[in-house]
Amino acid sequence: MYAQLVDTGVKRVKGLDEMSPEERNFQEKIDAEIKIEPKNWMPEAYRRTLIRQMSQHAHSEIVGMLPEKNWLTRAPNLKRKLQLLAKIQDEAGHGLYLYSAMETLGADRDEEVAKLHSGEVKYSSIFNYPTRSWADMGTVGWLVDGAAIVNQVVLQRTSYGPYSRAMIRICKEESFHQRQGYQILLHMMREGTEEQKAMVQDSINRFWWPALMMFGPHDGDSPNSAQSMQWKIKRMSNDDLRQRFIDQTIPQLELLGCTVPDPDLKWNEERGHYDFGEIDWSEFYSVLKGNGPCNRDRLRTRRNAIENGAWVREAARVHAEKHNKADVA
Amino acid sequence: MSDWTLFEVFVRSKHGLNHRHVGSVHAADAAMALENARELYTRRSEGVSIWVVPSAQITASSPDEKEPLFDPSDDKVYRHATFYDLPKEVGHM
Repeated sequence: MYAQLVDTGVKRVKGLDEMSPEERNFQEKIDAEIKIEPKNWMPEAYRRTLIRQMSQHAHSEIVGMLPEKNWLTRAPNLKRKLQLLAKIQDEAGHGLYLYSAMETLGADRDEEVAKLHSGEVKYSSIFNYPTRSWADMGTVGWLVDGAAIVNQVVLQRTSYGPYSRAMIRICKEESFHQRQGYQILLHMMREGTEEQKAMVQDSINRFWWPALMMFGPHDGDSPNSAQSMQWKIKRMSNDDLRQRFIDQTIPQLELLGCTVPDPDLKWNEERGHYDFGEIDWSEFYSVLKGNGPCNRDRLRTRRNAIENGAWVREAARVHAEKHNKADVA
Repeated sequence: MSDWTLFEVFVRSKHGLNHRHVGSVHAADAAMALENARELYTRRSEGVSIWVVPSAQITASSPDEKEPLFDPSDDKVYRHATFYDLPKEVGHM
């Protein structure tokens, strides 16, 4: 989940009979799977919640470039470097698709970015973990993008048209990310030295739990889920998405010949799913509050990027103005 | 970026097809909007041609007018080929 704990500002979900005619008409469209488009009437809380969810999602894509750029200049060869560059450019693109979709709701991009920088709006907890080895580029692609895909595939059917269309584009591109990540790991496990294999296992050990946290708190601790589900801006519960991710990931893990740091993980024949251990939620909330290993560093890097780029944006504006005048004259 | 213009982006995916709306970009001018649109929307040969139009220049019909604008064509079934029953002997027409 790239957007965690999105506040709807709604205390209790209304039934159809409690709604105003406009609200009822809106909810009936959603129930009938008719997409809501920018100029359609929508409840103010729906609009605000969507802006919050989409901006968080966009910020996650943008901040998500930082752990990867760490290895750009140290990729093991030119081929890997080009692949990583292409992936990072995609992440920037995904952020921009989402900002663009968010702006159709009347949100201002600069204001939303300022909220990220002030800490008012979050990005996914996962990007606050450091990427210590080259194997992390593989693990991030496989597990982090893999978890994102599980979430985003469902969001392709979200009720807001521009968001849904952005998700469809993003999903098409994400599968390249996950495959390139998995291939990095598979290559190291099959062709690598003992040291390189150990590097892969160490990387999975560090990223496994944080990747599971991406789906957010348990359903029972997710107070905004009911409203978001009614609006269909969330289509599956956190726990269901997490289970789906684990079920599809473990066979891939076994193919690598690696393990995850969870002694309770085992196939449950009766449920038809993997059982797994309890997530350390104190770590999740602590990272979300800003106390993960890299939170401050990530925000500082983003702020610097915007501030140091100010003169470029200004120069482009002045250049455009000068040419506009010349054209008129 | 607020002092940059918002442009809507249209991409023709293949020769012979229409341009289709794909999203928007911010840019200082139209030339920059084209470059940004190319980087953002055609990284995997999705297009052979791009249009950019300042968003403010687009006039859109309002959703409130949907019925008066589009309903009248619902009762003109005779505008469709399937309205005209012809005997089998005519064959494909």
